[in-house]
Amino acid sequence: MTTKQPDGWSSKLGVIMAVAGSAVGLGNFLRFPGLVADKETGGGAFLIAYFISLLIVGLPICWVEWTLGRFGGTQGFNSSPGIFHAIIKKPWGKYVGLLGFIIPVGVYFYYVVIESWCLGYAWNSFTGGLDLGKDPKAYADAFSAFTGLKADGAVLGLGAPFLFFIGVFILNFVIIYRGLSKGIEFICNWGMPLLIAIALILLVRVLTLGTPDPTKPELSVWSGLGYMWNPHDISKGLSNPAVWLKAASQIFFTLSVGFGVIITYASYLKKNDDVVLSGLTATAANEFCEVGLGGMITVPAAFAFLGASAVAGGTFALGFNVLPQVFAGMPYGHLFGGLFFTLLFIAAITSSLSMLQPGIAFLEEGLGLDRRGSVALLGLVTAVGCTLVVYFSEGLKALSTVDFWIGDIGIFLQGTILIFVFNFAFGSERGWTEAHHGADIRIPRIFKFVIRWISPTFLSVIFLMFVLKNVAGWNLSFSSPVFTPTDPILDLIGGPGHPASGVARLTAFFLLLFAAFSALMIHRAGKRWDAR
Amino acid sequence: MLISVGAVTGLFVWCLIKVLTGKKNPEHLAHIEPVETKDLDRR
Repeated sequence: MTTKQPDGWSSKLGVIMAVAGSAVGLGNFLRFPGLVADKETGGGAFLIAYFISLLIVGLPICWVEWTLGRFGGTQGFNSSPGIFHAIIKKPWGKYVGLLGFIIPVGVYFYYVVIESWCLGYAWNSFTGGLDLGKDPKAYADAFSAFTGLKADGAVLGLGAPFLFFIGVFILNFVIIYRGLSKGIEFICNWGMPLLIAIALILLVRVLTLGTPDPTKPELSVWSGLGYMWNPHDISKGLSNPAVWLKAASQIFFTLSVGFGVIITYASYLKKNDDVVLSGLTATAANEFCEVGLGGMITVPAAFAFLGASAVAGGTFALGFNVLPQVFAGMPYGHLFGGLFFTLLFIAAITSSLSMLQPGIAFLEEGLGLDRRGSVALLGLVTAVGCTLVVYFSEGLKALSTVDFWIGDIGIFLQGTILIFVFNFAFGSERGWTEAHHGADIRIPRIFKFVIRWISPTFLSVIFLMFVLKNVAGWNLSFSSPVFTPTDPILDLIGGPGHPASGVARLTAFFLLLFAAFSALMIHRAGKRWDAR
Repeated sequence: MLISVGAVTGLFVWCLIKVLTGKKNPEHLAHIEPVETKDLDRR
């Protein structure tokens, strides 16, 4: 009988790069700048709330996830269900980790589709296919055609968008099949420095734009930076619950905490490997890419060319409608546009790979599959999910439904579960000692109190507010609260002037089926682990 | 802007220096994990 060589990281920097690669994604370069630039909830108040959220939620949960992951690895588990099974030591413990399997795989259903848009746009930009003149409608139409926004099934076939999707989907599985160090670590070790290098090139280009149109002196890159970064009324902003909700949500989503990824990645560490400095470094890398690079490139460039109205359309509009128009207006724009979308593609693929590894880890240790079998099964499951998203492309309804229920609600829920499991099942005192085992630096003592009391309280309040706002439709007013069901709810149950969406219902039904299938697999895995 | 960007850049650079100049784990690459008693069963 041959002994299988366990998968693992080849260097400390490798695991940091992989976690940072998982965290740095499209949100760093498209969502964050839009949030800071928002006239109502952005500015200095948002940044203060953002950094406070980083300190009391983001960083603590990050350390918690690294610590629990490494502990789970020493017990012989690499997936969330397995790790929670080892920590909670009750028959129901493994089901607490259900979301740690569902979330990354579910988010992959649509994330890889967006990733293929980035690659397609990079190709089109380098080859001049995105130089569509000055008419904004041409760019909106191009995006609509590429994504099938106008009709279901529009991108299926042998057209470029579908071929890009198939290529990117296969590429992810080829890399993941190569394993942790030869696949994910290799890509992240090259991809992250390349991403930062491209971002720095684009940053220099943006900061030297000056005033692109001399007849409009008010539109310059400096006024764009001012538009984005001026503090506004800080005290008024900080008293607005919406500011805190947006800031905490952004911190939560950008760091990939509660995703099921960090816990899996950290489980491949050795018993004496550091988790404190590694967790801090991965977080700092993400913040550098988000605040230091993402915050300086997209919005100032869009403002300098097109003015304030151009930056108010949301993440996809900014990335795929506005910025191609901006690049088309500058010298060598096809080159800089191509570099920008290459940057987005690198950010996306290092994230999408991280979404597959938790699934692979579970299938291997839960069902006893080898790498070939786990890649094949996960490939089949994700192919079905992705087909749903690609086919039902009208209004991106399937994509937004999965994003809301898995990518928003699910992540918040899993993050809350993580911090409570750490404090009350694992034990905060034991967890504090475990975190410092082999640590290169010590966590400031104040964080012991923060992790024990502040993080769970703050996270619970923010999660409650998130659900009240995005599910119950609360207007975030304490004095005169109004509740109006939101679009994701109306899509499922219907309402006056908003008929229920068949696609949203079908997508929700598929997600329920996927959750039930996952629970069954965990049940089967539990028997295997108990027998062990 | 300067405070935010400066703070995250400074933190990132400090972390990188700490990681790159920190202690090395000689047993890290291609090492044989010591087998402890409680791990014996699963191995």
